[in-house]
Amino acid sequence: MVDLKRPIAELVADVLAGQLTAIQLTATSLEQIAATQQYHAILELNPNAMRDAENVDARVAAGETLPLAGIPFIAKDNFLTASTHTTAASNILKPFIAPYEGPAILRLKAAGAVLVAKANMDAFGHGGSTENSDFGPTKNAHDATRVPGGSSGGSTTAVSLGQACFAVGTDTGGSIRQPSSLSGVVGLKVTYGLVPRSGVVAMASSTDTIGPITNCVADAGVVLDVLAGKDASDSTSIDRDTKSYSAPAASIKGLKIGLIKEYLIQGLDPDVKAKLLSFVEQLKAQGALIEEVSIPATIRALAAYYILVPAEISSNLARYDGVRFGHSSTKATNLEETYRLSRDEGFGAEAKRRILIGTYVLSSGYYDAYYKRAQKVRTKLIDEFTQAFKKFDFLIGPTAPTPAFPLGSKSGDPLAMYLEDVMTVAVSLVGSPALVVPIAVVQKKLPIGLQIIGPQRSERALLQTGMAIETLAGDWQAA
Amino acid sequence: MSKIGVTEVERVAKLARIGLSPEEAAQLSVELGHIVGFVEQLAQVDIEGVLPTDQVTGLVDVWREDIVMPSLAREQLLANAPHQQDGYIVVKRVLNG
Repeated sequence: MVDLKRPIAELVADVLAGQLTAIQLTATSLEQIAATQQYHAILELNPNAMRDAENVDARVAAGETLPLAGIPFIAKDNFLTASTHTTAASNILKPFIAPYEGPAILRLKAAGAVLVAKANMDAFGHGGSTENSDFGPTKNAHDATRVPGGSSGGSTTAVSLGQACFAVGTDTGGSIRQPSSLSGVVGLKVTYGLVPRSGVVAMASSTDTIGPITNCVADAGVVLDVLAGKDASDSTSIDRDTKSYSAPAASIKGLKIGLIKEYLIQGLDPDVKAKLLSFVEQLKAQGALIEEVSIPATIRALAAYYILVPAEISSNLARYDGVRFGHSSTKATNLEETYRLSRDEGFGAEAKRRILIGTYVLSSGYYDAYYKRAQKVRTKLIDEFTQAFKKFDFLIGPTAPTPAFPLGSKSGDPLAMYLEDVMTVAVSLVGSPALVVPIAVVQKKLPIGLQIIGPQRSERALLQTGMAIETLAGDWQAA
Repeated sequence: MSKIGVTEVERVAKLARIGLSPEEAAQLSVELGHIVGFVEQLAQVDIEGVLPTDQVTGLVDVWREDIVMPSLAREQLLANAPHQQDGYIVVKRVLNG
C-alpha cells in the first residue's frame, strides 16, 4: 500500500523517477475506497480508472513530464465526466451520462491525474451537510455519527479518509470551505472565474467556482497550477497568475491581518471561538500584525445571498424539463405535464424550495424589492471588502459557526441549515479567494479550519501564507 | 407567521412549472414564509445611490472571431433524450384532445 496522504509533489516525483506507478497509486485508491465505503463518500467508481492509469504509465514511460503523473483524484458529482453518470446527487439527473467534459476535468487528465470516482454532495450543491443528497448522506471521517459539511461533503470525507490524493469540488456560497473545515482538510475557493466553469452542473452562475480539496496547502497549489486559467468555453473565466501557484511558504512576520469582528459574534460556538482566538495569539507571537476589522455589510450578506442565489438557481434549473435529458415522468399526458410532473418527481425538497424562492423574488412586482435590492447590498459588501484590503494583506475568521453537527439535527429546518453559510457567503458575493486550513479540534476530535481571505487574484500569496499558517498549526489534531 | 399563502405558493409553482401536491404546497407555504421573512431584513439597509452588481471581476464584453467551431454530434446530444425518433426528440402533445 502507498500512503496517498504523502505530498502530491513527492508522489509525482516518484512516479516520474519510475519508483511508483500510476497503476499502484490507482489500485491503492480503489482499495481504500472499498475499505471505507461505509462513509458513503462515493456515488460511483470510474470503471476505466485502471485503464486510464495504464495510459498514464505509458505516457510517463514515453518521457512526458506530467505535473500530476499518476495521481488518483475524485470529482464531486456535479463535474461532467464521460465514463460515469453525472447526477449532481439528484434523482432528476440519475440517468444522465455527459456527452463532454469541461476544462477542469480535461486539464487534470492531461496533467496525468487519474479519475477514480465521483463524490456525493447535497443535490445540485444545495446544502451544508450532504444530507440533501437524493442518494443518502455522507458521514464525517472523524465521527461517523456527524455530517461532513456540504455541499462538497463526499469530497472532503474522501480526502480525509485518504481515498484519493485530492478532490475537485465547487464552492458557490461555502461548499468547499465549510465541509473542509468540518472534515479537517484544506479547501480553496478561488477568485470567481479563475477556473473555467464549463462542464460543471450550474447552480448560481455569478458565484459558482471550482477548486481543490487536499491534505495540505502545497497540494492545493500543485493542483491549482493545473486547473487555473482562461478558457473560451467560459466567457467569465479570467487569466491566471503568470507565476506558479506552487510557491514556497511566506513569512508570517509583518503580515497585516484583519480579524473580521462580525464573524466572532453571530452565534459562534464558544469552543470554536476559544480555539480560534488562541490561534490568533500564536500568529501574533510569530510577528503577524493582527487587529479586528468591522465589515458591517457581512451581517446582511446571508440575506442577500439567499435572494440572489435562489434567483440564479431558478433560472439554471429551468433546463430540467423532462424532454432533453434526465428524468421524464411516465404519467404525463401533455407537454405541460411533462414539465410539471418530471420536475415534481425529480427534484428533492431543497431544490424545490430554492427554485420557488428564486421564482418568487424574480416575479413581477417583487423584483425591485428583493432581487435588485440584494444586488445593491452586494455592491456595498464589495466596497467594504475593497476598503479592508487597502489596510490588510488578508482577512481571517472562522469558516463555520459550529464544528460538525450530528446527522439529522438540522435537516428539518431549512433556515437553520442556511445559517451554516453565514461566514462564507460574503466572500462568494465579493468574488474573492479564500483558503481553509485546519488549525485545531474541539470536543477532542472535531476539526475546525481557519478561513483566510485575500483580494481577488491573490491565490499565489494566499497559498504561500497558508503554508506558513499550516506549519504553525502543526499537529492540529492534538491542538 | 406565514407570509406566503398556499395560493401564492401555487402561483409561483405554476411559473416554475413544478407540480406540487396539496401537502407539499402547505408545507412550502410555511417554509418559504420563514425564508422570505429572513431575507426581508434587507429593507433595513440604506442603498440610496448604490448601483447594483451583476458581475464581480470587471470583465467587459469582447468580440470573438465569427468562425465555425467543432461541436458535438447529433447522436451524442440525442443519447440522453428520454424519447426520440428519426433523429428528433419526441414530446407529448401540447394540448389534450
